Amino acid sequence: MGFGGFLLRRLALTVPTLFGVTVVGFLLAYMLPGNPALVKAGPFATPDFVAEVERQMGLDQPLPVQYLRYLGALLQGDLGLSSSTGRPVLADFAQRLPATLELTLAALLIAIGIGVPLGVLSAIHRDTLLDHAGRVLSVAGVAMPSFWTGLLLIYVFFYLLDLAPAPLGRLAPGLQPPAAVTGLYVVDSALAGDWPALRSALQHLALPAATLGIAVMAPVARMVRATMLETLQSDFVKAAWGAGLPPRRVIYGDALRNALIPVVTILGVVFGFLMAGNAVVESVFAWPGIGNYAVTSLMTKDAGPIQSFVLFVALMYVVVNLAVDLLYGLIDPRIRLG
Amino acid sequence: MTAPLLEIEDLAVRFDTEDGPVEAVDGLGLRLAPGEILGLVGESGSGKSVTAYAVLGLVRPPGRVLRGSIRFEGRDLLALPEAELRRVRGAGIGMVWQSPRTALNPVLTVGHQIARLLRHHRGLPPRAARERAVEMLRLVGIPEPERRARQYAHQLSGGMCQRVMIAMALATQPRLLLADEPTTGLDVLVAARIMELLKDLGRRTGAAILLITHDLGTVAESCDRVAVMHAGQLVETAPVRTLFRDPVHPYTRALVAAIPRVDREVALEPIPGAVPSLLHAPPGCRYAARCALATGRCRQERPALLPIAPDHQVACFAAEPVA
Ligand SMILES: Nc1ncnc2c1ncn2[C@@H]1O[C@H](COP(=O)(O)OP(=O)(O)O)[C@@H](O)[C@H]1O
Ligand SMILES: [Mg+2]
Repeated sequence: MGFGGFLLRRLALTVPTLFGVTVVGFLLAYMLPGNPALVKAGPFATPDFVAEVERQMGLDQPLPVQYLRYLGALLQGDLGLSSSTGRPVLADFAQRLPATLELTLAALLIAIGIGVPLGVLSAIHRDTLLDHAGRVLSVAGVAMPSFWTGLLLIYVFFYLLDLAPAPLGRLAPGLQPPAAVTGLYVVDSALAGDWPALRSALQHLALPAATLGIAVMAPVARMVRATMLETLQSDFVKAAWGAGLPPRRVIYGDALRNALIPVVTILGVVFGFLMAGNAVVESVFAWPGIGNYAVTSLMTKDAGPIQSFVLFVALMYVVVNLAVDLLYGLIDPRIRLG
Repeated sequence: MTAPLLEIEDLAVRFDTEDGPVEAVDGLGLRLAPGEILGLVGESGSGKSVTAYAVLGLVRPPGRVLRGSIRFEGRDLLALPEAELRRVRGAGIGMVWQSPRTALNPVLTVGHQIARLLRHHRGLPPRAARERAVEMLRLVGIPEPERRARQYAHQLSGGMCQRVMIAMALATQPRLLLADEPTTGLDVLVAARIMELLKDLGRRTGAAILLITHDLGTVAESCDRVAVMHAGQLVETAPVRTLFRDPVHPYTRALVAAIPRVDREVALEPIPGAVPSLLHAPPGCRYAARCALATGRCRQERPALLPIAPDHQVACFAAEPVA
């Protein structure tokens, strides 16, 4: 089986998943309490006008018909209109996606940057103070809900220490966003050489990214610790010691390289975790991403954005897991494809 | 007699397990002359591998070396600081591991695994190390060595992995090779070729070999001398011919009698009983429970390894001349 075949088969497998997600997303929006037509028509509309809006929106049709209409529009890239912004949901999404991506990537970087070394050190210094401290930190990271971690960080770093800016958005008020290249302010402002914007973007990013990162750092660290302990016991690591290779080479070259292979598989799960956490963290920090957008839409019973958010998260999940599978094949020669 | 290359005296290794202490090696002594091939024989679980680990300084918790000395080229390895020991490992002593496939790193090419030892121990530049690694693969009889050098362990057959393992152990030209069950798990023909290869390379490089095996047959064809281990203790050591012609210790005699032979119709005589548990081992001879000749003294007191002829030592009260 060639690489192309593998990719095709893998892609075909995602179709039923995505189909199922459209059903769930649709039903979810349908079951939301409240009448979207009422929201759209406004508080002072007459009952006749509301009925008219309902007809326009197709809400008077039977459920399966509504679903098929929704699916048909979806296939044409039409995610519907947001009744609160009055714009196409797709446009709203495109505008907010970079903010979410920036936050998610930064959180992932923090989780891996701290989680992996923490896991390695815990494994090497197993059952020492360091290992126990790492465990406590991990448990705390998982146990604390994100909104609580976020508020705590805001309280300490903004209110008490005044080290962080007010938790409102991505840049200090008055600063112009850098010219969009990637949409990530940190990258774009660095590319543009706009140092005040870079500084402000990093300052604004730090707390929300830390909030999200702390939550997922724990599973990464625990997984690395477990696989590292197992790998350190393996025959080939023993053989590497026995061949007189220096400890750093054995631990990082032989053991860690192998220990990280299974860790890659949980990146998909970690990513799902991040997407879910986004909604909460973006709300706490007024971060203008799609998580925030979804939460706002939920409050206003704006069905289009909610359905789209569910669909989008599922899509990302599928894509990331596909990427993880491919990555796995790249770093583990035993399952090289084709 | 020349100065020994390796001299082990009164080595004891204990594992502190959850069930209690396990004396995996108890009072073991061995001598190996330069270029000599010594067979270390015993049933599975008799402490052969642990002995090899001790030589390399690789006994890790829950295990520890209780006492004894391991002199390699005159230096006591047990007293050597870790940094110096690392120079002995790989460079002075090479090891062929018991299961070659799992002892090779699955994500590094076999060529790279050989080359990095040459770079580390011999200071070869990367290119020269790579070329030398391919040379080593050719030397151990691997066809298309350039291609094989770029492959991973899972792409090679068991026999091929064993050859790679041998190439790796000998690449840095060690004076001593520890070969732990180098033919276990291979089919008879491949096993025979591997043994030929080991002997041949040993002769050519002048490396002494400690050949660890549970199969006395392998020893007969390859070794100069044999040391027989039972449950962590050395019971007899002798030149190969002597050991096969005049085995003295009851355990050795049982082992020799159990070797399948074409010219003999008698059914195999299995050794009664299993290797005794090493948990809370009794003070006496550990073979006593399985021995037809055992007396009360055997169970109480441990027989010392004493010479009964030049170069032939036995640890058995029945073999001692009556005082
Ligand atoms: N890591 C360990 N933990 C506990 N006991 C061990 C360990 N390694 C070896 N042993 C003990 O040492 C004994 C001898 O093992 P080994 O040297 O591997 O035997 P073999 O002669 O088959 O190579 C085993 O029976 C076991 O009880
Ligand atoms: Mg063994």
